[in-house]
Amino acid sequence: MKHGILDIQNLSFSYMEGMPSAVKGVSFEIMPRTATAILGPNGAGKTTLLHLLLGIKKPLSGTISLNRTPLHQYSRRSLSQWIGLVPQSENLAFEYSVLEYVLLGRAPYLGPLEQPSDKDIAIAEQALQEVGIESLTQRSVLALSGGEQQLVTLARALAQKPKILLLDEPTSHLDLANRNITLRIMDRLRHNGTTVIFTTHDPEAAALIADYLVLMRSGEVLDAGTMEATFTSSKLSQTYGAPVEVVHTDGLWFVKSMERLACPPQLEVS
Amino acid sequence: MPLNVLREDPLAQQLVLNLRLPRLITAALLGMSLSAAGGVMQMLFRNPLVEPGFLGVTQGAGFGAALGILLMATSPLMIELSATFFAVLGLVLSYFIARRIRYGGWVLRLVLAGIAVSALFSAGLGILKYVADPTSQLPEIVFWLLGGLYAVTWSDLFYILPVVVIGLLIIFLMRWRLNLLSLSDETAFSLGVAVGRERALLLAAGVAITAVVVSVAGIVGWIGLIIPHIARRVTSANAAEFIPFSMSLGAVFAMLCDDLARVMTVGEIPLGIITSLVGAAVFLIMMTSQNLRIAK
Repeated sequence: MKHGILDIQNLSFSYMEGMPSAVKGVSFEIMPRTATAILGPNGAGKTTLLHLLLGIKKPLSGTISLNRTPLHQYSRRSLSQWIGLVPQSENLAFEYSVLEYVLLGRAPYLGPLEQPSDKDIAIAEQALQEVGIESLTQRSVLALSGGEQQLVTLARALAQKPKILLLDEPTSHLDLANRNITLRIMDRLRHNGTTVIFTTHDPEAAALIADYLVLMRSGEVLDAGTMEATFTSSKLSQTYGAPVEVVHTDGLWFVKSMERLACPPQLEVS
Repeated sequence: MPLNVLREDPLAQQLVLNLRLPRLITAALLGMSLSAAGGVMQMLFRNPLVEPGFLGVTQGAGFGAALGILLMATSPLMIELSATFFAVLGLVLSYFIARRIRYGGWVLRLVLAGIAVSALFSAGLGILKYVADPTSQLPEIVFWLLGGLYAVTWSDLFYILPVVVIGLLIIFLMRWRLNLLSLSDETAFSLGVAVGRERALLLAAGVAITAVVVSVAGIVGWIGLIIPHIARRVTSANAAEFIPFSMSLGAVFAMLCDDLARVMTVGEIPLGIITSLVGAAVFLIMMTSQNLRIAK
């Protein structure tokens, strides 16, 4: 039987002792070479869950197994060769060139006193090609548009050659065209064998590429399963705490808000 | 002329070997250390406007030196030890206070703690200046605070040498990793960086070299702020490139400023005044020049 690349059992986490849990009793399994969307409203615990999967936060209880071995048994270095991260935003304080920044993705393969070699430069350039921004190589990252910066961050994570790629709200601050570029790259990565896990509060972005959904609300997983089983009007309404209707046409999923805003129409005074 | 004078005149020999040479080498080490430490702090704190002594180090050293002058004025070594001790104490206090602050990220907490600790030490320094003997001790404290290398001997140089060499070596060897530490904690972690441990090591190296050179040279401002800036502009934001350049430029800059301090007037102008003057002028030019942009 196939086993998951990541197996999450009964995971809980709280930011401070006595505080309500940000993640409570979460269990699900992630299959290799799939795309999984962690979907939920703002503050549902999606980013916290992602940080737990990354190992930067230690769970209060429960276990995460990576390739059947508990996550905490991996050294930080070997973990960073398995799992890469595209954070929600990368606030750079200094004006790195695109190539300098993408080269930082080679850190998991370099010793503490080592610097990137020509081989690393070749891998970084290949990563830039993969996301289609090789023309920006020598530009300053800070001078790029938001969409381009997102692609640069993605290239940095690809230079890391991770087997699992975590993306935190990869599309939330992008316009429609840039959102689709990013999603297309994520889709291609999945087809080429990377396991893609991303958080989003946008169900339509999730529907475009996800094979599996994890629906979260208030730190709990409401449901986890295939798109077909979980992307339903009732489950999404429950997740967002607002009535929505799922429409499926031409192989695309749409989500309609069924709530009317409570402002009465303005009366025209003549 | 100078070379055969040096060969024939024992007084000239003495002058060069015992006064000028240690002073020149110390100036170079001072410039290297402050520029390297400034570069490191700016990377670690993700802020290009940070200078190496801001975590209570400079004010701590000033307080320690004044205390040394009041209590054991005769021994330069004791004054240096006292300055070093309080400089390191400044950092340690900032660090532990920062850990007790319950809000904000670690950058904000350390900056706040550093401001508070610096203020405490500068209040303490005020008290020491107030009680100091105005004819002998007070001028010495003031001169120390203005910074200068006029009194540097071989023994001062040997006092700072081991710490400076080790600190600079750590910074030089780990310079590429500084880039990783300037990223957000989550990204650095995802790249396999032991964020806490590596940051502590580089912070300790930067503070240690700042503390010892300040203990010998007094408060020499602006080098640690302006030189890494220029180095970044000339080379790149990549620490692997700008840190070595910053070290060399800092050494040259400090040696030149010290020469100016020595020869500009009949007497000697304190080095700290020259570096502030030149540093602030360069800073103003950089801020207003169209071609030289400073990253946010």
